[in-house]
Amino acid sequence: MPVLSVRDLSIDYSTRRGPVHAVRNVSFELEKSETLAIIGESGSGKTTLAVGLIRLSPRGTKVTSGQILYTKNGLTTDIRTLDDDDLREYRWAEAAMVFQAALNSFNPVITIWEQFNDTARAHGMKDKHKVRDRADELLDLVHLDAKRVLHAFPHELSGGMKQRVLIALALMLEPQLVILDEPTTALDILTQRSIIDLLRQLREKLGFSMIFISHDLSIAAELADRMITMYAGRVVEEANVDDMFYRPRHPYSVGLLRAVPRVSGALGSVASIPGSPPDLMRLPVGCSYAPRCPYAIDACRAEEPPLVAVDTPKHEAACIRWKHVAEILGSNAEVPVAEKLA
Amino acid sequence: MTTAILARPTTGQRLLGFWLSIVDFLRLLSRRPVGLIGFFGIVFFLLLAFVAPLFVPFQNDPSLADIYQTPSRAHPLGTDFQGKDVLNQIVFGGRDILTVAILAALVSTVIAITFGAIAAIVGGKVDSTILAITDVTLTLPKLILLIAVAAILRPTSFVFLAVILGLLQWSSLLRQIRAQVLSLKERDYVEAARSLDLGIVHIVFREILPTMRSYIAIHFIFAMTEAMYAQVFIVILGLVPVSGSNWGIMLYFAQGQGALFFRDSIWYILSPILAISLVQLSLVSFASALEDIFNPRLRGSA
Amino acid sequence: MTALIELDHVSRTFTTPAGVITAVDSVSLALDQGEAMCLVGESGCGKTTTGRLLTGLLRPSGGRLLYEGKDVWLTKGADLARFRRAVQLVHQDPYASLNPTRTVFQTLSAPLFRHKKASSQRQAFAAVTELLQRVDLSPPENFIAKYPHQLSGGQRQRVAIARALTVDPKVIVADEAVSMVDVSIRISLLNLLLALAKEFGVTIVLITHDLAVARYFASRGRIGVMYLGRMVELAETESLVTDPAHPYSAALIAAIPEADPDITRSKKRVELRSAEIPSLLSLPPGCTFHPRCPLAEAGLCDVLIPQLLPIPGTREVACHVAVRERTGQRAAVPV
Repeated sequence: MPVLSVRDLSIDYSTRRGPVHAVRNVSFELEKSETLAIIGESGSGKTTLAVGLIRLSPRGTKVTSGQILYTKNGLTTDIRTLDDDDLREYRWAEAAMVFQAALNSFNPVITIWEQFNDTARAHGMKDKHKVRDRADELLDLVHLDAKRVLHAFPHELSGGMKQRVLIALALMLEPQLVILDEPTTALDILTQRSIIDLLRQLREKLGFSMIFISHDLSIAAELADRMITMYAGRVVEEANVDDMFYRPRHPYSVGLLRAVPRVSGALGSVASIPGSPPDLMRLPVGCSYAPRCPYAIDACRAEEPPLVAVDTPKHEAACIRWKHVAEILGSNAEVPVAEKLA
Repeated sequence: MTTAILARPTTGQRLLGFWLSIVDFLRLLSRRPVGLIGFFGIVFFLLLAFVAPLFVPFQNDPSLADIYQTPSRAHPLGTDFQGKDVLNQIVFGGRDILTVAILAALVSTVIAITFGAIAAIVGGKVDSTILAITDVTLTLPKLILLIAVAAILRPTSFVFLAVILGLLQWSSLLRQIRAQVLSLKERDYVEAARSLDLGIVHIVFREILPTMRSYIAIHFIFAMTEAMYAQVFIVILGLVPVSGSNWGIMLYFAQGQGALFFRDSIWYILSPILAISLVQLSLVSFASALEDIFNPRLRGSA
Repeated sequence: MTALIELDHVSRTFTTPAGVITAVDSVSLALDQGEAMCLVGESGCGKTTTGRLLTGLLRPSGGRLLYEGKDVWLTKGADLARFRRAVQLVHQDPYASLNPTRTVFQTLSAPLFRHKKASSQRQAFAAVTELLQRVDLSPPENFIAKYPHQLSGGQRQRVAIARALTVDPKVIVADEAVSMVDVSIRISLLNLLLALAKEFGVTIVLITHDLAVARYFASRGRIGVMYLGRMVELAETESLVTDPAHPYSAALIAAIPEADPDITRSKKRVELRSAEIPSLLSLPPGCTFHPRCPLAEAGLCDVLIPQLLPIPGTREVACHVAVRERTGQRAAVPV
């Protein structure tokens, strides 16, 4: 039984110019202790999807179809049907989210201890000693010195320390699912590395499932078991991490992978994707990626291609030209795309 | 649009461009119903004050038989203590009051922009001197000063009155303009303009001030409302030689001639008050939509 | 041959409410015509300040900025104006670097008129069209009348580059110029800058925190690594990424996550002695990296500030231990 099963989820939000279909018919499943990376660029709908999963969408956002099924102890609930109280419970105790923006949204005038205490109280933990013990334990888990950190104000902590505190807060009620939005984007390289290593340790120790949303492929390469690539609100490819990096079948995944240079190994034939992402209000007919796609044929512009199994049943791509892509890239070698195309 | 840039625009194209910008203006305004109503209110009062007097004869002959009449077909807003038609006075009483308000707002805005921008951009001693003068002006009790100045100078022309009002109300706008310019001049695009050696005139008038247009326009409107009140205030106090007719003078006479004590004179008292309030309300409503109108993001077909 | 532009032991301090900080400490860097190099480092390392010192937007607190061999801050009037035009900055945030109230044509034509490169609308239109083509915004008609908000981040960044090109610059400093645009189009922007270096001989300094971007951009040039205001290593790119000499460079390269699961999951870590970055307000004595450095030697690294010294293979490093190991020369320890 998967922990989370998203079925045919569509989310719109309204703008001055009219409704935007930010997320379109997204389906995926997340197993226990599995890490899923949702990769996409600006306008891909990844953030709308992430906040939609815990129903924290801003005003003007509307789920137009689909289910978000959450399973615990054999009991399955549709998050869309929860009332406000149950939803609050779900948000911390079951699925905790760490926002990128939260790094700067700590209340500046209260100490870290008060942040812990407030969060605990909001979820019915009234005994201060117990909260204190839990805070010590959590901060220890994220390798922070509780004695020093608890009495500090947010501005006294570095970016990396704040990110650790946020992770500790998210873990307070032992959620089964942690959703991270761009967990390392604002951090320096060495700090990024320590956060990645920390997340890996915590996952092994606590066994929670993880979804992270990022535009950064390298984080996915570090942490993900499975990956989803999103483009113009749709899932265009889903695969395990090795298949995605070495045997992508959707031309957008190929283009994205090829666009990111590496420090180690051969540089290969690095190149950008031509053109710009589509205007979500005026999506082209057929495949949204066709206007930028080097492999597009007339049939691509006729109708939107469905997700179909490619190579293996667990690897899906929404491209009618996937066999052509497979021919160009080959199937075997664990070699990055930019090198294969060199 | 491209062709318009290619060659020097002909008169026809200019007119077309002007028409298109009016259409755009109304389109943006129509998204803000309150602003639209305010805009029509302003247009109405401008027509009433500046155009209507050209078509309506001025009635200045007292008619003792008609004192303090309630509204009737002949006098839609009733008559005053001399039996003169109130509506006629409302029509003829707007021009001066609006002229003074516009002129005073113009004087204060020009002072505030000029010296606010100079203070922010030149900085150093110039900045601190301008700021010190501004702060002193800010702390002055405006109304009392206005009374004193009006009493001493006895402004006979309305232009003179406008200048006095303008000179008294630039200080808070100056401070805000200075703060805005200080922050805008740190913007990347201003730094780029410096780097491109585009010159200070370009930086102030092409890079910095245009982004403050809505801000300045809103302040202009509020300066107008302020000037109107101040003006009516000193007219009622009788500090300005009473001549001609305006809404303030109507109130002055209404008060002086004891109109307050007659039940039938209610229209006479209410009319100028209502006119003043409606103008103010129109201005303030219109100001609420200005933000949208000057937002380049909403201009043209996006 | 004298370098086109050179920082000669340039320092810059800032006074903050908490005290005086030295953002850049005696950095020297000489650039030739047509060179494409990168400055990399983490936040607070002084790379942005160094870029602004290079463009003359900031006055150094110490040291000299030389352009064509002349001290820029001693020149005045027309010469200074000529320098300002010769060195242009491309900002990080393409949403903040273009004036939202001005169209692309207005933005690009203003410098043309100002510097007499166009005297009529018609000439300006032709010049702007050519500029837009040069930065690959084609067809130009689609862009010339647009406001910034009607363009994507990458397109805006191209307009910003075109704007810099209006004054025929000799040097462009691009501060994190690709970090805020979508991943999928970064390379094309880097290629555009590289083409300017190659075809027009413009010297380009790209400032970035992203080593992978630096490696791509400076693949035929040099990378300078900065740490807490000092240049710690300056080396030809491939030798830097394959064999970093400074322990800080080595730590960075070992830590960077890569877009390749096999490589990134099997990377060897360089363990630092401390994760804490010292405050610029109270820098450690000697080498500022010594409290974190795995190679630090007591009595040497915590006492003596290492100079940037040449080591074999056209590269320079500011590390006592690395210099000793790679050249056999010892640093003189004060007794």
